[in-house]
Amino acid sequence: MKVGLVELRVPPRLEFLQVIRAFVGAVALVSSDLTAQRASDLRLAVSEAASNGMKAQFRLGAKDEILICCNLDHRQVEVEVRDHGGGFDPKAIKAVPDIESPQRLHYESGLGIALMRRLADEVVIETTPEGTAVRLIMELDNFETEL
Amino acid sequence: MSLDSWVLLTLTGDVEMASAPKLRQEVASLVAKGRYYLILDMTAVDFIDSTGLGVLVGALRRVRVHGGDLALVCPDFRLKNVFRSCDLDRIFALHDTVDEALGVGK
Repeated sequence: MKVGLVELRVPPRLEFLQVIRAFVGAVALVSSDLTAQRASDLRLAVSEAASNGMKAQFRLGAKDEILICCNLDHRQVEVEVRDHGGGFDPKAIKAVPDIESPQRLHYESGLGIALMRRLADEVVIETTPEGTAVRLIMELDNFETEL
Repeated sequence: MSLDSWVLLTLTGDVEMASAPKLRQEVASLVAKGRYYLILDMTAVDFIDSTGLGVLVGALRRVRVHGGDLALVCPDFRLKNVFRSCDLDRIFALHDTVDEALGVGK
Protein backbone atom coordinates (compact mmCIF):
# COMPACT_ATOMS: atom_id res chain seq x y z
CA MET A 1 0.00 0.00 0.00
CA LYS A 2 1.35 3.36 -0.99
CA VAL A 3 0.72 6.37 1.21
CA GLY A 4 -0.09 9.82 -0.05
CA LEU A 5 -2.38 12.79 -0.33
CA VAL A 6 -3.85 13.84 -3.67
CA GLU A 7 -6.31 16.61 -4.44
CA LEU A 8 -8.60 17.57 -7.28
CA ARG A 9 -10.42 20.86 -7.64
CA VAL A 10 -13.28 21.09 -10.11
CA PRO A 11 -15.74 23.78 -11.13
CA PRO A 12 -19.31 23.14 -9.94
CA ARG A 13 -20.48 21.82 -13.29
CA LEU A 14 -22.23 18.49 -13.83
CA GLU A 15 -19.88 17.34 -16.58
CA PHE A 16 -17.09 17.28 -13.98
CA LEU A 17 -18.81 14.54 -11.97
CA GLN A 18 -17.40 12.07 -14.47
CA VAL A 19 -13.93 13.56 -13.94
CA ILE A 20 -14.32 13.18 -10.18
CA ARG A 21 -15.30 9.53 -10.53
CA ALA A 22 -12.36 8.83 -12.83
CA PHE A 23 -10.04 10.54 -10.36
CA VAL A 24 -11.30 8.55 -7.36
CA GLY A 25 -11.22 5.35 -9.37
CA ALA A 26 -7.58 6.00 -10.31
CA VAL A 27 -6.62 6.81 -6.74
CA ALA A 28 -8.35 3.66 -5.49
CA LEU A 29 -6.24 1.64 -7.91
CA VAL A 30 -3.14 2.80 -6.02
CA SER A 31 -4.47 0.88 -3.04
CA SER A 32 -4.02 -2.75 -3.94
CA ASP A 33 -5.84 -3.59 -0.70
CA LEU A 34 -9.16 -2.18 -1.89
CA THR A 35 -11.19 -4.70 -3.89
CA ALA A 36 -12.75 -3.70 -7.20
CA GLN A 37 -16.21 -3.76 -5.62
CA ARG A 38 -15.21 -1.52 -2.74
CA ALA A 39 -13.38 0.85 -5.08
CA SER A 40 -16.59 1.03 -7.12
CA ASP A 41 -18.59 1.71 -3.93
CA LEU A 42 -16.19 4.51 -3.00
CA ARG A 43 -16.46 6.04 -6.47
CA LEU A 44 -20.25 6.14 -6.19
CA ALA A 45 -20.23 7.48 -2.62
CA VAL A 46 -17.85 10.31 -3.61
CA SER A 47 -19.95 11.08 -6.68
CA GLU A 48 -23.03 11.38 -4.46
CA ALA A 49 -21.25 13.77 -2.10
CA ALA A 50 -19.97 15.86 -5.01
CA SER A 51 -23.44 15.91 -6.63
CA ASN A 52 -24.95 17.18 -3.39
CA GLY A 53 -22.22 19.82 -3.12
CA MET A 54 -22.83 21.00 -6.66
CA LYS A 55 -26.59 21.16 -6.14
CA ALA A 56 -26.05 23.23 -2.99
CA GLN A 57 -23.78 25.62 -4.89
CA PHE A 58 -26.24 25.86 -7.79
CA ARG A 59 -28.90 27.04 -5.33
CA LEU A 60 -26.60 29.81 -4.11
CA GLY A 61 -25.05 30.56 -7.48
CA ALA A 62 -21.65 29.89 -5.88
CA LYS A 63 -18.91 29.40 -8.46
CA ASP A 64 -16.27 28.16 -6.02
CA GLU A 65 -14.47 24.96 -6.88
CA ILE A 66 -15.44 21.68 -5.28
CA LEU A 67 -12.45 20.09 -3.52
CA ILE A 68 -11.85 16.35 -3.60
CA CYS A 69 -9.04 15.32 -1.29
CA CYS A 70 -7.91 11.66 -1.14
CA ASN A 71 -5.78 10.57 1.76
CA LEU A 72 -4.24 7.11 1.53
CA ASP A 73 -2.57 5.48 4.47
CA HIS A 74 -1.82 1.98 5.67
CA ARG A 75 -5.23 1.50 7.25
CA GLN A 76 -7.73 3.29 5.08
CA VAL A 77 -8.63 5.40 2.09
CA GLU A 78 -10.30 8.65 3.11
CA VAL A 79 -11.88 10.99 0.59
CA GLU A 80 -13.10 14.42 1.63
CA VAL A 81 -15.54 16.33 -0.55
CA ARG A 82 -15.77 20.00 0.36
CA ASP A 83 -18.23 22.48 -1.11
CA HIS A 84 -19.22 26.10 -0.59
CA GLY A 85 -22.94 25.48 -0.78
CA GLY A 86 -24.03 27.15 2.44
CA GLY A 87 -24.46 24.00 4.50
CA PHE A 88 -27.67 22.23 5.45
CA ASP A 89 -29.56 20.96 8.48
CA PRO A 90 -29.06 17.18 8.67
CA LYS A 91 -32.16 16.93 10.90
CA ALA A 92 -34.27 18.43 8.13
CA ILE A 93 -33.58 15.52 5.79
CA LYS A 94 -36.73 13.44 5.38
CA ALA A 95 -36.29 9.70 5.39
CA VAL A 96 -37.81 7.99 2.36
CA PRO A 97 -40.67 5.59 3.18
CA ASP A 98 -39.92 1.92 3.69
CA ILE A 99 -39.37 0.02 0.48
CA GLU A 100 -42.59 -1.99 1.08
CA SER A 101 -44.71 1.16 1.39
CA PRO A 102 -46.90 2.13 -1.58
CA GLN A 103 -45.71 5.68 -0.95
CA ARG A 104 -42.13 4.70 -1.77
CA LEU A 105 -42.68 5.19 -5.51
CA HIS A 106 -43.52 8.85 -4.88
CA TYR A 107 -39.99 9.58 -3.66
CA GLU A 108 -37.51 10.07 -6.48
CA SER A 109 -34.91 11.87 -4.36
CA GLY A 110 -33.46 11.58 -0.88
CA LEU A 111 -31.35 8.48 -1.47
CA GLY A 112 -27.93 10.12 -1.72
CA ILE A 113 -26.84 10.32 1.91
CA ALA A 114 -28.39 6.94 2.74
CA LEU A 115 -26.48 5.43 -0.17
CA MET A 116 -23.20 6.98 1.03
CA ARG A 117 -23.77 5.49 4.48
CA ARG A 118 -24.45 2.06 3.01
CA LEU A 119 -21.42 2.09 0.73
CA ALA A 120 -18.67 3.61 2.88
CA ASP A 121 -17.39 2.18 6.16
CA GLU A 122 -17.67 5.57 7.79
CA VAL A 123 -19.26 8.84 6.73
CA VAL A 124 -18.57 12.07 8.60
CA ILE A 125 -20.54 15.15 7.61
CA GLU A 126 -19.50 18.56 8.88
CA THR A 127 -21.76 21.35 7.76
CA THR A 128 -21.57 25.06 8.50
CA PRO A 129 -23.21 28.14 6.95
CA GLU A 130 -20.16 28.37 4.66
CA GLY A 131 -20.39 24.88 3.25
CA THR A 132 -20.19 21.17 3.85
CA ALA A 133 -17.35 18.70 4.14
CA VAL A 134 -18.16 15.02 3.71
CA ARG A 135 -15.48 12.49 4.66
CA LEU A 136 -15.91 9.00 3.24
CA ILE A 137 -13.69 6.33 4.72
CA MET A 138 -12.97 2.82 3.47
CA GLU A 139 -10.98 0.62 5.81
CA LEU A 140 -8.41 -1.53 4.07
CA ASP A 141 -8.70 -4.54 6.31
CA ASN A 142 -12.36 -5.16 5.42
CA PHE A 143 -11.49 -7.56 2.69
CA GLU A 144 -14.21 -8.95 0.50
CA THR A 145 -14.07 -11.82 -1.92
CA GLU A 146 -13.97 -10.73 -5.52
CA LEU A 147 -17.10 -11.87 -7.40
CA MET B 1 -46.31 -10.89 -23.75
CA SER B 2 -44.26 -10.29 -26.90
CA LEU B 3 -41.67 -7.64 -27.55
CA ASP B 4 -44.26 -5.86 -29.73
CA SER B 5 -46.20 -4.96 -26.59
CA TRP B 6 -43.18 -3.47 -24.89
CA VAL B 7 -41.05 -0.48 -25.71
CA LEU B 8 -37.36 -1.25 -25.44
CA LEU B 9 -35.13 1.63 -24.38
CA THR B 10 -31.40 1.02 -24.53
CA LEU B 11 -29.36 3.08 -22.07
CA THR B 12 -25.63 3.60 -22.37
CA GLY B 13 -22.83 5.20 -20.37
CA ASP B 14 -23.59 6.90 -17.08
CA VAL B 15 -27.13 7.35 -15.73
CA GLU B 16 -26.56 10.14 -13.24
CA MET B 17 -27.34 13.72 -12.31
CA ALA B 18 -26.18 15.08 -15.66
CA SER B 19 -27.96 12.57 -17.91
CA ALA B 20 -30.96 11.39 -15.87
CA PRO B 21 -33.30 14.31 -16.77
CA LYS B 22 -33.20 13.21 -20.42
CA LEU B 23 -34.29 9.70 -19.42
CA ARG B 24 -37.08 11.11 -17.24
CA GLN B 25 -38.32 13.14 -20.21
CA GLU B 26 -38.14 10.14 -22.55
CA VAL B 27 -40.20 7.97 -20.20
CA ALA B 28 -42.76 10.73 -19.63
CA SER B 29 -43.08 11.14 -23.40
CA LEU B 30 -43.67 7.40 -23.95
CA VAL B 31 -46.27 7.25 -21.18
CA ALA B 32 -48.02 10.28 -22.66
CA LYS B 33 -48.25 8.30 -25.92
CA GLY B 34 -49.92 5.41 -24.11
CA ARG B 35 -46.89 3.12 -23.91
CA TYR B 36 -47.11 1.64 -20.42
CA TYR B 37 -44.86 -1.42 -20.79
CA LEU B 38 -41.23 -0.46 -20.84
CA ILE B 39 -38.00 -2.43 -20.83
CA LEU B 40 -34.90 -0.45 -19.97
CA ASP B 41 -31.84 -2.30 -21.19
CA MET B 42 -28.96 -1.22 -18.95
CA THR B 43 -26.46 -3.73 -20.30
CA ALA B 44 -24.25 -0.92 -21.61
CA VAL B 45 -24.63 1.30 -18.52
CA ASP B 46 -21.35 1.83 -16.69
CA PHE B 47 -22.59 3.79 -13.71
CA ILE B 48 -25.79 4.82 -11.95
CA ASP B 49 -26.22 7.21 -9.04
CA SER B 50 -29.11 8.10 -6.73
CA THR B 51 -30.52 10.59 -9.25
CA GLY B 52 -30.60 7.88 -11.90
CA LEU B 53 -32.21 5.45 -9.45
CA GLY B 54 -34.78 8.12 -8.59
CA VAL B 55 -35.70 8.50 -12.25
CA LEU B 56 -36.23 4.74 -12.48
CA VAL B 57 -38.48 4.85 -9.40
CA GLY B 58 -40.46 7.66 -11.02
CA ALA B 59 -40.69 5.70 -14.27
CA LEU B 60 -42.07 2.68 -12.43
CA ARG B 61 -44.67 4.87 -10.74
CA ARG B 62 -45.69 6.45 -14.06
CA VAL B 63 -46.34 3.13 -15.81
CA ARG B 64 -47.96 1.45 -12.79
CA VAL B 65 -50.51 4.27 -12.55
CA HIS B 66 -51.74 3.06 -15.94
CA GLY B 67 -51.57 -0.62 -15.07
CA GLY B 68 -48.29 -1.03 -16.93
CA ASP B 69 -44.92 -2.34 -15.90
CA LEU B 70 -41.22 -1.59 -16.13
CA ALA B 71 -38.58 -4.27 -16.54
CA LEU B 72 -34.87 -3.64 -16.10
CA VAL B 73 -32.16 -5.58 -17.90
CA CYS B 74 -29.12 -5.23 -15.69
CA PRO B 75 -26.59 -8.06 -15.93
CA ASP B 76 -23.66 -6.19 -14.36
CA PHE B 77 -23.08 -7.27 -10.76
CA ARG B 78 -21.76 -3.87 -9.71
CA LEU B 79 -24.93 -2.14 -10.89
CA LYS B 80 -27.01 -4.83 -9.21
CA ASN B 81 -25.16 -4.11 -5.99
CA VAL B 82 -26.17 -0.45 -6.23
CA PHE B 83 -29.83 -1.47 -6.43
CA ARG B 84 -29.32 -3.83 -3.49
CA SER B 85 -27.63 -1.09 -1.47
CA CYS B 86 -30.88 0.91 -1.61
CA ASP B 87 -33.16 -2.16 -1.34
CA LEU B 88 -34.47 -1.21 -4.77
CA ASP B 89 -33.94 -4.79 -5.94
CA ARG B 90 -37.12 -5.44 -3.93
CA ILE B 91 -39.28 -3.29 -6.19
CA PHE B 92 -37.45 -3.81 -9.49
CA ALA B 93 -36.94 -7.18 -11.09
CA LEU B 94 -33.39 -7.15 -12.46
CA HIS B 95 -32.98 -9.39 -15.48
CA ASP B 96 -29.85 -10.55 -17.21
CA THR B 97 -31.26 -10.40 -20.75
CA VAL B 98 -34.13 -8.81 -22.66
CA ASP B 99 -35.53 -12.31 -23.38
CA GLU B 100 -35.54 -13.08 -19.68
CA ALA B 101 -37.35 -9.80 -18.96
CA LEU B 102 -40.01 -10.65 -21.53
CA GLY B 103 -40.44 -14.09 -20.04
CA VAL B 104 -41.58 -12.73 -16.73
CA GLY B 105 -43.58 -9.81 -18.11
CA LYS B 106 -47.28 -9.51 -17.47
